Amino acid sequence: MHIVTFTRSTPDTTAKVEVNGKGEVTWGDAATVVNPWDEYSLEEAIVQAKNVGGKATVIAIGTEMHNEALKHSLAMGLDAAVRVWSDGLDVTDSLHWATAAAAAVNKVGDVGLVIFGKESVDTGTDQHIYQTARKLGWTMLSYVAKILELDAANKTIKVEKVLEGGKQVLTAKLPAVISVMKGINEPRYPSFIGIRKASKAEIPVWSLSDLGVTLPAASTQLVGYSNLPVQEVVTEIIDGATPQEKAEKLVEKLLEAKVL
Amino acid sequence: MSRVIVFVENFDGHVNPTSWEALGLGSTLAQQWGVPVTAVVFGKNATALAEDAAQYGADHVVVCEDETLATYRLEPYAALLAKLVSEHAPKLVLGVGTNIGRELFATAAADVGGGIITEASEVSVDGDTLTATRPAFSGKVLMKMSVSAPNAFLLIRARAFKPNSKDASRKAEVTTVSPVMAEADISTKVESFTPETSKVNLSDAGIIVSAGRGIANNPATPPAGVADATIWKAQHGFETVVQPLADVLGAAVGASRAAVDAGYISYDHQVGQTGKSVNPDLYIAAGISGAIQHQAGMRNSKVIVAINKDGDAPIFKMARYGIVGDLYEVLPALTEALKKKLGK
Ligand SMILES: Cc1cc2nc3c(=O)[nH]c(=O)nc-3n(C[C@H](O)[C@H](O)[C@H](O)COP(=O)(O)OP(=O)(O)OC[C@H]3O[C@@H](n4cnc5c(N)ncnc54)[C@H](O)[C@@H]3O)c2cc1C
Ligand SMILES: Nc1ncnc2c1ncn2[C@@H]1O[C@H](COP(=O)(O)O)[C@@H](O)[C@H]1O
Repeated sequence: MHIVTFTRSTPDTTAKVEVNGKGEVTWGDAATVVNPWDEYSLEEAIVQAKNVGGKATVIAIGTEMHNEALKHSLAMGLDAAVRVWSDGLDVTDSLHWATAAAAAVNKVGDVGLVIFGKESVDTGTDQHIYQTARKLGWTMLSYVAKILELDAANKTIKVEKVLEGGKQVLTAKLPAVISVMKGINEPRYPSFIGIRKASKAEIPVWSLSDLGVTLPAASTQLVGYSNLPVQEVVTEIIDGATPQEKAEKLVEKLLEAKVL
Repeated sequence: MSRVIVFVENFDGHVNPTSWEALGLGSTLAQQWGVPVTAVVFGKNATALAEDAAQYGADHVVVCEDETLATYRLEPYAALLAKLVSEHAPKLVLGVGTNIGRELFATAAADVGGGIITEASEVSVDGDTLTATRPAFSGKVLMKMSVSAPNAFLLIRARAFKPNSKDASRKAEVTTVSPVMAEADISTKVESFTPETSKVNLSDAGIIVSAGRGIANNPATPPAGVADATIWKAQHGFETVVQPLADVLGAAVGASRAAVDAGYISYDHQVGQTGKSVNPDLYIAAGISGAIQHQAGMRNSKVIVAINKDGDAPIFKMARYGIVGDLYEVLPALTEALKKKLGK
């Protein structure tokens, strides 16, 4: 059984992100890193592939910028990496994206499980995950905190899933798509040998025609990006002789501001 | 007839109150379009909850209380929602971006080929085109997207839109529908469910009291024999100074990632880029330095109060009010002052 995971590069979380005069999103010379949420999905793919005696492949959809994340994944220990790209692929439209993602999973072949991170730190539109599951026609299990059992022979999976109201234990049939939470594992750091091997790896690029799909018209349009409205915060430091005096003054201010 | 559909999230017989915010926006947009609002309620108690939906602004309510929908599962919920959407070709399907809302809407949208926009904080319509503003790059910039009716799907952020005030005299026509999937066709089976212990949900909290690594500087002495003195001190601090303040305020308890990673409090409390994104009226940050990743999750708070013993901590730059001092002195004093003032 093959396990597939998706990842991509995102700007470093400390980067100062801004929209420039041309309406483009920029982050200066800050580095890109593997999407932090995906460290958990990459680790889980490695572990689960090993458990079932299968292979783990990582896929990124997008421009060369995403080779960074793929190399990091290979350095961690994923067996293979693929990048999917063709001009005209609109990665801001999730339905468009999911059609390509599902075709890529099918091309890998014999896939029993697809593992996603919870979301991307930049777009935070986890809809890509659910729509990929739907395009594949597979069971979707999101917000997985633990894989309790992955049975390749009987084609079943048992997971613990986090909901706003509590935790569910669910069982489902494979093939399935899951998204995993922080804390499901302790992601490993790439080893020195891993990094050396990954730096030499040639990453194949699959085009849409390799995948044999024609994409539907995009269902949403990106109108544009803008900077946050400038909020002039005037900070008032509350003084007083004792903590009690400061606390009482603060309460007065909060009542005036009508937030209590 | 065209309409706006609002998905009312029902968990174990209780409506997630942010659903009324979606219904509030739904009725505003429906009015602009001159179409009715249909609320959809699935699961336990759905028929009883239909009355609430009417009082919050629904013109029709579609309910399904079938056993297969009693506990939330994506497959049967998405199949029924997608079927209702295909039957009615609504202008818009509206809901709140909770864990359930996100996967349910994306799945149903994929089934009917509708466009979806999530995390909307502002919405405008022009004819059949709906334009929404949402955060991007962890809230560091804003993004505008548009989607066209029919079958447009929209999820809003909690606390970004106001619910209608409840009108006890409002009634709606209620229709009961059958599920699409039979139990035998549903791949996912629920083996067990453990309800969450934390008292208030961060995403829809009006007030949040958060603490960071500073909580470990507790002057209290751990009892003999505790495995880790620092963890004990921090946990004791959450129990004895943070929780009592949260209790007088009716607030939820948040934390920085440093506090979560150190094992002081569980991950469901984490606020920030890799935790929850919140937008309360009041956010109190105690012993939190204000790293950019923490800011990403709480910068939309209306009023921020910072309590830190280091007057140069970056958190003060974004705070409306600051107290420079030891949180172990300031938080208990604040709790007392509030009790006095609020008469509790
Ligand atoms: C990929 C990535 C994602 C991240 N995501 C998040 C996230 O989602 N949320 C998040 O919070 N962080 C996140 N971080 C971590 C972030 O960079 C900071 O490390 C973290 O927010 C620091 O937490 P802190 O403010 O509690 O700790 P510190 O920065 O150590 O600050 C502790 C503060 O407490 C004060 N203090 C100490 N003792 C007292 C006392 N007795 N009374 C009053 N004040 C006191 C100190 O002056 C100091 O300002 C992320 C980092 C990365 C790399
Ligand atoms: N272009 C992409 N290529 C590969 N993986 C992606 C891409 N976009 C999103 N993902 C993954 O999909 C998951 C959800 O991301 P998102 O839907 O962008 O919030 C994360 O694990 C992402 O890394």
